[in-house]
Amino acid sequence: MVRVLKLELRGITKRFGSLVANDHIDVVVEPGQIHCLLGENGAGKSTLMNVLYGLYEPSEGEILVDGKAVTFRGPGDAMAAGIGMVHQHFMLVPVFTVAENVALGAETTKAGGFLNLDDTRRKIKEISDKYGFDVDPDALIEDLPVGVQQRVEIIKALVRDAKVLILDEPTAVLTPQDTDELLDIMRQLKSNGTSIVFISHKLREVKAVSDTITVIRRGKVVGSADPGASTTELASMMVGRAVSLTLDKAPARPQETTFQVKDLTVIAPTGQHVVDGISFDIARGEILAVAGVQGNGQTELTEAILGLQERCDGSILLDGQELLGHSVKEVLRAGVGFVPEDRTVDGLIGTFSIAENLVLDLYDQPPFAKGISMSPAKILENAKSRIGEFDVRTPSGSLAAGTLSGGNQQKVVMARELSRPLRLFIASQPTRGVDVGSIEFLHKRIVAERDQGTPVMIVSTELDEVIELADRIAVLYKGKLVGIVPAGTGRDVLGLMMAGLPPESAAQADTPHTGTAHADTAGAPKPAQASTSGAEGGDHD
Amino acid sequence: MSTTATSPVPGTPQPGTPQSANEKAPAVSAKPVTWKVPVLLSVLGVVAFIFFGVMGPNQTARFGISSSGDFFQLPAIQVPAFLGGIVLSVLMLGLAAYAVYLKTRNEPSPGWLPIVFIVLFVAAFLIWVVGGARTPSISLAGLIAGSVTLAVPLVFGSLSGVLCERVGVVNIAIEGQLLGGAFTAAMVATLTKSPFIGLLAAAVAGAVVSMVLAVFSIKYLVNQIIVGVVLNVLVSGLTGFLFSTVMQADKAQFNSPGRLPIIDIPVLSSIPVIGPILFKQSVVGYLMYIAVIVVWIGLFKTKWGLRVRAVGEHPQAADTMGIKVNATRFWNVTLGGAVAGIGGSFFTLVAIDSFTKEISGGRGFIALAALIFGRWNPIGAFFAALLFGFADNLQSIVTIIGTPVPSQFMAMLPYLVTVLAVAGLVGRSRPPAASGIPYIKG
Repeated sequence: MVRVLKLELRGITKRFGSLVANDHIDVVVEPGQIHCLLGENGAGKSTLMNVLYGLYEPSEGEILVDGKAVTFRGPGDAMAAGIGMVHQHFMLVPVFTVAENVALGAETTKAGGFLNLDDTRRKIKEISDKYGFDVDPDALIEDLPVGVQQRVEIIKALVRDAKVLILDEPTAVLTPQDTDELLDIMRQLKSNGTSIVFISHKLREVKAVSDTITVIRRGKVVGSADPGASTTELASMMVGRAVSLTLDKAPARPQETTFQVKDLTVIAPTGQHVVDGISFDIARGEILAVAGVQGNGQTELTEAILGLQERCDGSILLDGQELLGHSVKEVLRAGVGFVPEDRTVDGLIGTFSIAENLVLDLYDQPPFAKGISMSPAKILENAKSRIGEFDVRTPSGSLAAGTLSGGNQQKVVMARELSRPLRLFIASQPTRGVDVGSIEFLHKRIVAERDQGTPVMIVSTELDEVIELADRIAVLYKGKLVGIVPAGTGRDVLGLMMAGLPPESAAQADTPHTGTAHADTAGAPKPAQASTSGAEGGDHD
Repeated sequence: MSTTATSPVPGTPQPGTPQSANEKAPAVSAKPVTWKVPVLLSVLGVVAFIFFGVMGPNQTARFGISSSGDFFQLPAIQVPAFLGGIVLSVLMLGLAAYAVYLKTRNEPSPGWLPIVFIVLFVAAFLIWVVGGARTPSISLAGLIAGSVTLAVPLVFGSLSGVLCERVGVVNIAIEGQLLGGAFTAAMVATLTKSPFIGLLAAAVAGAVVSMVLAVFSIKYLVNQIIVGVVLNVLVSGLTGFLFSTVMQADKAQFNSPGRLPIIDIPVLSSIPVIGPILFKQSVVGYLMYIAVIVVWIGLFKTKWGLRVRAVGEHPQAADTMGIKVNATRFWNVTLGGAVAGIGGSFFTLVAIDSFTKEISGGRGFIALAALIFGRWNPIGAFFAALLFGFADNLQSIVTIIGTPVPSQFMAMLPYLVTVLAVAGLVGRSRPPAASGIPYIKG
């Protein structure tokens, strides 16, 4: 049995200027346990782990390894103490091979500083065989799928003899199948004596794999929970008040189909077909959710509809009017509301006031403008009513939008886009990085927009969100539409579709490479064909 | 932005080509073949056919290979210019047609194709120029040896660029480092009466210029391009001022460094063509070969190189693996400056034996082009620098033998080659991903 290690964080406080990211946090990671840090985005989990990994110096408090206080001046010290970390954004050099990435920083050398990569290859093979990773040491990282890249990260830590492995939001980039495999790997690591600190805000995964759960809220430990606790209990602890996790949503009452996308192809500057011959339509009063693992053409699809993509083929019809080839301004004027996936980059101007951000698309229109001048009074007035309506938590509309929390920023974006009469509403990642409380609110607003009779398109990489909101679900894989299935389609079927399997074969349960697909997928509703004509669009209730 | 390289790597099957024709073709990962190379080659082929072939001169071009002192003598090559032009340009058109054929089958041109094409084009150009001259005869050995000599500062300059950019710092200040090296070499060598000490001082001067770049761009996060440009102007002004106030006042005491000796390795140096290039060089010339090899081995075979490249590609990843990103950057940039400084000493200790204003004459910028043309690889940069040196030397030789082409056009040749090269004749090159981006922890 390998040496195990007990890790203790005592009174860790980390301040950034006046902001307290971690406030006297105490955590004890017992040897051979999977210890979950549960908390919302921005609760301070990652900061805490960066302190533990030596990337940040704590403002106060101490780290104890096997009862002895240690100070880490950098990740090198942490690694030497037996702590390994898999970051949310992988720390792999894309143009290096697996072996080069694993060797980096812990190189074995021959005389004269020459690299001995054979030694590294051997170690990779050993670990890869032990855990069934199937990783080729000479493959280039940029050619590997995300799931395999994550395994390389784990190998990196294991090669350095990590006794405690920190996994920071490891499932954010994975398909549900990859996630199940990762959870299996975590259990295997545990049985081999590696402790794991698992950072997540996804309750299902946390419950599935944790031995101990520590809940963090606003930089403080608010308590520990038993993995047997219900998801509602865990969510309430995480948020600090009772939350309802299920959305009360009336069944959709779709009317006529007004939005149609036909054979849409988007060609990237590299010449790749990032969106490849996609056809679908959305009726008034229904929500079409576009699911898929990040980077499978979702961004380009929404940008193409909005007129942000240069090279598009096919046709996008809204109320019988062609949108393709028109400027963004014209598309917006046609009644399209758009919530971009990255609010800080594309949704808001952080240094502008909330009031100004609320009229970014209407600043040149009455009543906010008269001739060449804007009327600040009207803009502020507008801000007041929107802030009230969307429950934006801010003392004043004239504060810079960048000072708001993620959830409140998203409310500002949503308030702006929903303030005009819409003919189509598109929201990309509507609740990414948003606290649970705001999620509830934002979801309700999206459903309300649907019930007013607007066709709604949601793009989300969070399967939970897709299932929550969708009346129909479209799955994208490598730029192609895998299929459109009705709401209520099983999680496993969707997961397989997200990996590129067409809905028919995905529904026929067990495929050879995923032992995790459950037998009950056979009982899932029979998936509908991807509809390519307007006539089929409405008949899916 | 930097993930868009379309480098034609010979032998690697491109993903997305027909073999994955089932319903899940990986459309996203497909790297399409562009028309750029076939079209460019076709145009150049037609130009060659018309000018070098159909309109070619009627004389016989004579290329001397051996010089009188050589170990053994080889006969000169004699080529009827008209026939030679026709044959070579037809070969070029054949290569262009092959590239077009590959494109129609959606396959990329192999990497050797543009290189062979360039060699043929240069040969045809040479035959055309020499064949049309008043005295249709040049010494090929002299042409090549001269090219290497002219390339020396370019090679050092581009190696400096490689060392800096591989670690994530854009070095626009190569020109300043060359100039600083040249000035310091002249001054110190004169004062100490030892060109060797002058050589060392040049390295130090280059390193000092580089340290300024390093401090401002790494510690104070000033835009690297701006610091580089400012440094060039600063060094130019400083050396110009000191030249006119100090050096010109007393040339004997401050500006007569004496030359580094040419070390002639017996027997080997008498091998025709390659003898003088490899075995009859100054210390700086030999250092150049050593530096290219050492930097290449260092970057791609050693622990140091792995870390350096990681810092230039993904500094955060390097940091999480316990590598000190900014320290690595600082010392690499300093080392790069020292290398460029040695290159600068070539001007005042080898080429001529005194300093004049702006003696580097923009070669630092050509070195930058060589770095890009050579795809951030020391060996590639070396050959790119040789090509520029060749263009430079050809220009002066051709002017001497008297050609129908106006000398001004010939003088444009090196820059024309530079533009074509950087525009991406041999595939688009991919710089280190973090090049030019300061690293801020956290």
